[in-house]
Amino acid sequence: MKEIINLPVKNVEEEEYHINMGPQHPSTHGVLRLVVSLQGEIVQNLKPHCGYIHRGIEKMCEKDTYPQIIHLTDRMDYFSAHINNNAVCMLVEKALEVDVPERVTYIRTIIDELTRINSHQLWWCSFGMDLGGLTCFFYGLRDREKILDIFEESFGSRLLHSYYTPGGLMMDVHPNFQKNVKAFIKYFRKKIKDYDDILSGNVIMQERTKGIGILTREDAISYGVTGPSARASGYSCDVRKHHPYGLYDKVEFREILGTAGDTFERYMMRMQEMRESMNIIEQLIDNIPAGDHTAKMKAVLKLPAGEYYQRVETARGELGVYVVSDGNKTPFRIKFRSPSFSNLSVLDHITRGCKIADLVAIGASMDYVIPDIDR
Amino acid sequence: MDNAALKERILSLVPDAEYQENKQFLTFIIPPAKMHDLALKLISEADLSFDYLFCLTGVDMVKFLEVVYHLESTTHRHQLVLKVRTGDRENGAVDTVCDVWKTAEFHEREVYDLLGIRFANHPDLRRIFLDENWKGYPFRKDYTDEVNIVEL
Repeated sequence: MKEIINLPVKNVEEEEYHINMGPQHPSTHGVLRLVVSLQGEIVQNLKPHCGYIHRGIEKMCEKDTYPQIIHLTDRMDYFSAHINNNAVCMLVEKALEVDVPERVTYIRTIIDELTRINSHQLWWCSFGMDLGGLTCFFYGLRDREKILDIFEESFGSRLLHSYYTPGGLMMDVHPNFQKNVKAFIKYFRKKIKDYDDILSGNVIMQERTKGIGILTREDAISYGVTGPSARASGYSCDVRKHHPYGLYDKVEFREILGTAGDTFERYMMRMQEMRESMNIIEQLIDNIPAGDHTAKMKAVLKLPAGEYYQRVETARGELGVYVVSDGNKTPFRIKFRSPSFSNLSVLDHITRGCKIADLVAIGASMDYVIPDIDR
Repeated sequence: MDNAALKERILSLVPDAEYQENKQFLTFIIPPAKMHDLALKLISEADLSFDYLFCLTGVDMVKFLEVVYHLESTTHRHQLVLKVRTGDRENGAVDTVCDVWKTAEFHEREVYDLLGIRFANHPDLRRIFLDENWKGYPFRKDYTDEVNIVEL
């Protein structure tokens, strides 16, 4: 008869152990690795390991001219590609003191807001999927397709557009643009109600998100958290309000602010922002002035020696572009202050003491884009 | 506080701060030893309350390495840029400010990783993007890498 080996029984409830979440875990939405220390199923602390997709974009930019840099900014936060483009374009225009035609400002503002809706739609469908609601994923992607079709018709690409150039736009929008955007808004105003019906009011979803991962206003400021994730804590940080660019000082819109700062509040922020973005587009879409789609620009753009900084509000928060120029056609140093990088730094703080399953919900509500963290 | 008043205020706190001409932001170069004390005052004093560090980065200016702090107050909405320089490229260190602004912890790790500027008293100064055994600091101007950087 075989000898029975008595293995020592470990009490997993008391002993601390580590698990790896990622780099291939579906809920990290990309190659982010979180080393989580657990006691039972309670998160003790969490260490993010970044860099799996670090391409050294800032270093690459030091060899590129400003129009070339635009193409690299698409590849940071690819769901806010247009808004990233806009940051670099506005920085160059400000440095060269170029006035862009009014038509360009209108189109840019409309497309920035379409980008924001597009990004939040994709966030919504992956948020639902992370919590086990697969239907959301199909609903979100179905409606996102409508925006991508508008983009494709006007400038040929669906994800990495590089549509803005310093001084204007790569080409004018398609003649159907106004008609299609209006049709989309009419369509999406109906569909966003479905979003609320299927997920926002869902009891299971609310049970899993309310009171989970609370971020206070003070911590949001100190950790540099921006975007809807910070506004859920009542921290007014919308760059469009505080440092307006484009037409944001001319249109009427509300900065969506929450109070609770939990996962559900962060969810509601984005739901309301989509509606607010549609309001902005509706104010502009009928008034696009006629005119040129680009200002007259020199063939080679050399920024006068000095320092420049441009802030924009992407779908995830504040993107800052800092350029040190020595008067050449390439920047001496360029820095992208990406929203996801700062937002990630707070994850350890807000997940302590929550359950491992809540970590997925909290991560989904912070809406990380990994190439934006790593750059 | 407008920029003129703010300028006076900073100079009264750090008399040897060097004012630098900049079109967009009020900019000062701060001696490395005084940065941490100044940071504590900037966040705690009510008329300043610079509570939001919206960008922290490093620049290799060839002759020296520079850390640039972009600050904003969420109550008064005034902005300020501070720079700290270290002439010693190998062992130069700047005091950390991550006890003042928590966001600095990640940003300082990034600056250390890519530019090799050390931050004294940082709780967890490791490389953040690159591998632990990576040699050199890629964002420095004198960095060469024949394998990973393609020259066109």
